[in-house]
Amino acid sequence: MRVLAQMAMVMNLDKCIGCHTCSVTCKQAWTNRGGVEYAWFNNVETRPGQGYPRTYQDQQRWRGGWALNRRGRLKLRSGGRLRRLLSLFSNPHLPKLSDYYEPWTYDYQNLITAPAGDDLPTAKPTAPIVWSANWDDSLGGGPELAQHDPVLKTMSERVRLEFEQAFMFYLPRICEHCLNPSCVAACPSGAIYKRTEDGIVLVDSDTCRSWRMCVSGCPYKKIFLNHQTGKAEKCTFCFPRIELGMPTVCAQTCVGRLRYIGIVLYDPDRVLEAASVRDEHSLIEAQKRVLLDPRDPSVVEAALASGISEEWLEAARRSPVYSLIFDYGLALPLHPEYRTLPMVWYIPPLSPVVDAVRDTGFDGEDAENLFAAVDSLRIPIGYLASLFTAGDPAPVRDVLRKLAAMRAFMRDITLGREPDESIPASVGMTGELMYDMYRLLAIAKAEDRYVIPHAHREPTTEAFNDGCSVQDSGRVMLPMPKVRAS
Amino acid sequence: MRLAVWGVLPYLALASFVIGLAWRYRYDKAGWTARSSQLHERRLLALGSPLFHYGILLTAGGHAMGLLIPAGWTRAVGLSDGLYRVVAFGVGGMAGVMTVTGLAILVYRRLTVRAVGRASLASDLVMYVLLGTTILMGLAITLTGNGHDYRATVAPWFRSIFVLQPSVDAIAQAPFGFQLHALVAWALIAAWPYTRLVHAFSLPLGYLTRPYIVYRSREASRARAMD
Ligand code: HEM
Ligand code: SF4
Ligand code: SF4
Repeated sequence: MRVLAQMAMVMNLDKCIGCHTCSVTCKQAWTNRGGVEYAWFNNVETRPGQGYPRTYQDQQRWRGGWALNRRGRLKLRSGGRLRRLLSLFSNPHLPKLSDYYEPWTYDYQNLITAPAGDDLPTAKPTAPIVWSANWDDSLGGGPELAQHDPVLKTMSERVRLEFEQAFMFYLPRICEHCLNPSCVAACPSGAIYKRTEDGIVLVDSDTCRSWRMCVSGCPYKKIFLNHQTGKAEKCTFCFPRIELGMPTVCAQTCVGRLRYIGIVLYDPDRVLEAASVRDEHSLIEAQKRVLLDPRDPSVVEAALASGISEEWLEAARRSPVYSLIFDYGLALPLHPEYRTLPMVWYIPPLSPVVDAVRDTGFDGEDAENLFAAVDSLRIPIGYLASLFTAGDPAPVRDVLRKLAAMRAFMRDITLGREPDESIPASVGMTGELMYDMYRLLAIAKAEDRYVIPHAHREPTTEAFNDGCSVQDSGRVMLPMPKVRAS
Repeated sequence: MRLAVWGVLPYLALASFVIGLAWRYRYDKAGWTARSSQLHERRLLALGSPLFHYGILLTAGGHAMGLLIPAGWTRAVGLSDGLYRVVAFGVGGMAGVMTVTGLAILVYRRLTVRAVGRASLASDLVMYVLLGTTILMGLAITLTGNGHDYRATVAPWFRSIFVLQPSVDAIAQAPFGFQLHALVAWALIAAWPYTRLVHAFSLPLGYLTRPYIVYRSREASRARAMD
């Protein structure tokens, strides 16, 4: 058994208030440059909604990710290798800039140079404003826009998006740093790679040739073409920070403190098999089986043999990501049916259910009420299932029941009543485990949210004796993807 | 004068080509790209780009045959000159028309689609002028060459350049159109490394055989970045 480590993230959607702080700080850190004005390595989209870029989840149209062919073999949805080479000259599945949106700025000069008059001068936009990365934020635009949500369309029930009965939540998204990344597989130059040490997926801009196959290959549309340099760019999982043990910018600045970062161990030789499972509803379990238990002595032994250090193993044992996926069973992957084995996981939100219970005049903290609602509210559950479980409502229900039980259980404790052990028992947990889960989700201290081991580094003398990072040729010699403003 | 144009210029162009490519590959990997503009416009590109590229690749193959393989060899394998000419005219003409049509669409797109125009560099302009002239001249002489046997004039001279004994007299006998085409082509070759045309050397054939998922260690990517 080979063992590799993967840096992974969990986002607790109940806590996202849709403030976009993560997107803005990410943009400040990585994409406030020419050529990537339109790119949001982190974006926050309202669900139901069209997403960013518009309708990216409609794989019939965009052909991202993997699919099984007739013989049950895993193939890129956009076709085989030869087909891709033959379509190099014009990629049939590439989104247009307007599918993302055309960025604009304002003529601020006018504020100063406008002639004196009765009206206040305005800063007019430099281009028509017709769409943005967030045009349908918080259901703005109403049912006319939301009805084009590809996830809604896959649901069997005709969902009427009347405002009185609408449910809504926010979905922050970054690159999934997949175990089976279709962007990597689609790149003819082999310029995108997965780091063996931490699984972060990066673009080598020295070998990127602008074939732009990764952009269409990624089903989450999280690779962007810099239209000035012609090279692909993507979320880096803030690796220069991660290597120093610091969380990503989006996680650190998150107002809701809802992001968890830790490592998981996996066996790269099991990836293909897991991604090829025929039944879509079995994909989550298959994906989980690729991940290894860092407390299992045979895994520890294999990990050490594969060159993973004790420090990293310890981090794997303390990983909040591992706990949220396995110990508490709360975290689910986004769109497992794309078969890329995504490594940013989500705790689906209970709030649409709680709101529905409250709106009908019942007690939204009561376990029985919530359980009944989880079982009967088909629309939000169906929607969440289309996002996180390839449409299987059972795992979503299990998670929401646990979250509902936690609410009820903790209310008794907060109010100084006797804790009711039957509540955790009804979702297969002990009171103690449930209390730990509560601490991780609600108290969410930074040291519990982020367990990030330092990257292996050379002895410091060597690291600091590289001399000036800007050498004679004038090029910056940091081990980062090089970007060039042309 | 003759010697300067047909005996020296080609070497200057070749030097620029080789040194330019080596220099760019060594010091400007970050700039070595096809610089796709498909994000800005896709309909015209979907039409023009494949037409142009398939045309130009066919044309390149035709040139390799016509210029590098001596007439004696094709005769030796039993291909009569008449048949050769028909094939060259047919396939060459078709490739030429494809190339020119595709090129026209691409140039029209560069000129009329505002976003594409604004994404163009000065090197794109130079490239399109040289490429366009070469291709148009080439198509013109293919269609109106009146049966001039360039395999007795241009081709021997072209081959002679590479054995370092340029036979200036051979090319001097070619009609003016052929001479001009060859001359502009050398200019294109000289300019090649400094334009986006470098992407033509990056055809990623390795893709057909490599494993889908690429792993690379942090140390390896660091070493590459420092290189
Ligand atoms: C060897 C294989 C080649 C491949 C795979 C290739 C691929 C490409 C690609 C992907 C683009 C970008 C299209 C876009 O905007 O999205 C492009 C553009 C271009 N290529 Fe090639 N190319 C090849 C050979 C050539 C050759 C031999 C020439 C000319 C001698 C050439 C001339 C051009 C030109 C002029 C453009 C710019 C088109 C525009 O106006 O946007 N290419 N090529
Ligand atoms: S989510 Fe990230 S790693 Fe996965 S296919 Fe897309 S760009 Fe690649
Ligand atoms: S910063 Fe946090 S709370 Fe705000 S939008 Fe991003 S993920 Fe949601």
